Amino acid sequence: MVQGTSLREGPVYLDANATEPLRPAAREAMLAGLEQTGNPASVHAAGRKTRIMLEEARRRIAAAFGREADGCVFTSGGTEADTLALHALGRAEGRCILVGATEHDAIRRAVPEAGLIPVDGQGVIDRAALEAMLVAHGAAGDGPGPLVCIMAANNETGVHAPLRDVAALCRQHGAFLHVDAVQAAGRMQEQDEFSLALKDGSLAGASLALSAHKMGGPKGAGALLLPEDRPLAPLLPGGGQERGRRGGTPALASHMGMAAALEDSRMQDWSVLAALRDELEAVMVEAGVIIMGHGAARLPNTVSAVLPGVAAQMQLMALDIEGYCVSAGSACSSGKVARSHVLEAMGQGEAAGQAIRVSLPWNVRAGDVRSFGRAYGLMARRFAERGLLKRPTPMWGGPVTHEG
Amino acid sequence: MRILVAMSGGVDSSVVAALLKRQGHEVIGATLQLYDHGGPAKAGACCAGRDIMDARMVAERIGFPHYVIDAESRFRESVIESFADAYARGETPVPCVACNQGVKFTDLLNMARDLGCEAMATGHYVRRVEGPEGAEMHRPVDRDRDQTWFLFATTREQLEFLRFPLGEMPDKAHVRALAEELGLDVATKRDSQDICFVTNGSYAGLVERMRPEIEGPGDIVDEDGNVLGRHEGIARYTVGQSRRLGDIHTGTGERQMVTAIDVSSRRIIVGPRQKLTSDESRRVVRLRDMNWLIDAPEEGVRCGVQLRAREGLRQALVRPLEGNRAEVRLEESALPAPGQACVMYEGDRVLGGGFILADR
Repeated sequence: MVQGTSLREGPVYLDANATEPLRPAAREAMLAGLEQTGNPASVHAAGRKTRIMLEEARRRIAAAFGREADGCVFTSGGTEADTLALHALGRAEGRCILVGATEHDAIRRAVPEAGLIPVDGQGVIDRAALEAMLVAHGAAGDGPGPLVCIMAANNETGVHAPLRDVAALCRQHGAFLHVDAVQAAGRMQEQDEFSLALKDGSLAGASLALSAHKMGGPKGAGALLLPEDRPLAPLLPGGGQERGRRGGTPALASHMGMAAALEDSRMQDWSVLAALRDELEAVMVEAGVIIMGHGAARLPNTVSAVLPGVAAQMQLMALDIEGYCVSAGSACSSGKVARSHVLEAMGQGEAAGQAIRVSLPWNVRAGDVRSFGRAYGLMARRFAERGLLKRPTPMWGGPVTHEG
Repeated sequence: MRILVAMSGGVDSSVVAALLKRQGHEVIGATLQLYDHGGPAKAGACCAGRDIMDARMVAERIGFPHYVIDAESRFRESVIESFADAYARGETPVPCVACNQGVKFTDLLNMARDLGCEAMATGHYVRRVEGPEGAEMHRPVDRDRDQTWFLFATTREQLEFLRFPLGEMPDKAHVRALAEELGLDVATKRDSQDICFVTNGSYAGLVERMRPEIEGPGDIVDEDGNVLGRHEGIARYTVGQSRRLGDIHTGTGERQMVTAIDVSSRRIIVGPRQKLTSDESRRVVRLRDMNWLIDAPEEGVRCGVQLRAREGLRQALVRPLEGNRAEVRLEESALPAPGQACVMYEGDRVLGGGFILADR
């Protein structure tokens, strides 16, 4: 394989959907937060000062989605925000739960009993199937309407959900909608489905889960935005912080960083990234790749690429050795690579074990994207020369296990 | 050169990786996840065993990339299932040979080639010697740790690509001292023992859970079918063993040995040791799935053969047969166990080997 494709230092990071690099604005905000000693729950002057800072961050985050601060509950991240919504708004209210078939493990593993709403070959929620499920549920009994949980944009393919249609169906059938906005919230473009659904009020009755580090903020912070100010059965009762909805002292600096990152992300011209992404996809298609979800509206930064016949793990290793950080569907805590449940739900069969995800970070350099494209092409050519594109690779056909 | 090191997380393969890195090679570490490591995580969860974490820490500390390869389903099929199948046929398999042959030296080695590596190294104690006709396999300097018997099925093509740096080490203390010197945390780690995937209890218990049809007691009989006693399950017996026969030795007045295992009647057949070891008809052994590390000698080769993992050499004439088989004519009679390996040596050099067939 080619050595030294460029004279750069360190690896090229193209795994933004795992975590975005910290935005300078977020870092600055966090440093200001770290300077403070007070506990926002304390009565004294130091406490009052930090309380003001925390509430300011809360107001800005809620406002970015047209919400009031009262409905914003700070959490430790996206997983906790999703889990809190599923438990407090779903299970605790006796609602039956329906989730998209391509949802993240943060959802799937929190409610293993949930009904799965199928997606089409592009990864888009099947609206007719959802409607049928809602109708069947309505006919079955007189309990509260179901909780429907859909991700605004998929972490592996970047495919946007048809949120306005989904929200209309939920309203029509008395269902509550929870939107996992972890990947979409920090990468919003004016005309994307999530923005349009927020703008036209489709999501006024929905809850939203957010994660700071997917926006260019710190890891370990997130929020659940409720449609209105309401009490919740907490996962962590603790000292009654977050008005009894989430115990534990809030991570002030992290939430300040989150607010700054979110606002910074809204100033970004994502069409620049989208153009680089399109250019990269063209190069990869030239190398023999099939792009997943290509026919659907997607996040501007995400490429889900299948190289037929080549196990995802083999591609990840070959690219890592060359100094490029990309990922596959689901890496577990041990580091082994499992098949992608997202592509399986899309009916992609074999391809579920042969897809890698390239996700451009907010600060990606055009030169790095292009050098990656060249390295990928060389890798694909070498695999073809070794007959790998035809030879089955038995060792990576293991059982589907997901974690992390 | 770019070289892939198969790392188990133990001290041996860690030293190999660190040594090669120190010699200036571009090292890539790979650890195979072969089975669910159990522990607190539930089945189905992918839990990193302690060994995988150790291998990772070594790679991070020394400074080379490390990957965990999911080989669970392949290992289950090619090693664990065939291990249970062999017992269910009344044989005594050697799972380490199957693992080295398949998962390690076929799959992982192919992966190394696919990644553009020029060689693959492991922590095995065997010596690879460059001979006039290509790479040869020899016993290691440290005879106490000799693993040649377990690696006899390595093909000549695989051997060309493989490297075994520990084959030259004088003893284990030396390896541990090297680990210490290289700053490896695993320097004092305990050596692995026994069959790796038998994590709790006995191998026989595992076989009986996997193949319940062979579980349960049966008769111990002599060669004429007279019942001499009872046994607790055929998976607990190997041809040639004298243990676990209860008071049969005193009952018959002679030391007895297992001569055969009859799966269908669930009988263990025994005979008097004295008579068996002088039985002229027990001098011929037939082998299947031969692997020759020399050009197969049409007229046969006089050499030493080793019929068990821990046993001395016996003199024999080995002749290749049709269908990748071979006939071994021993100078003295023996009771080899079907399924075990028969490995041929000339001095320190491994000439090849095969698996012992049940028929004689």
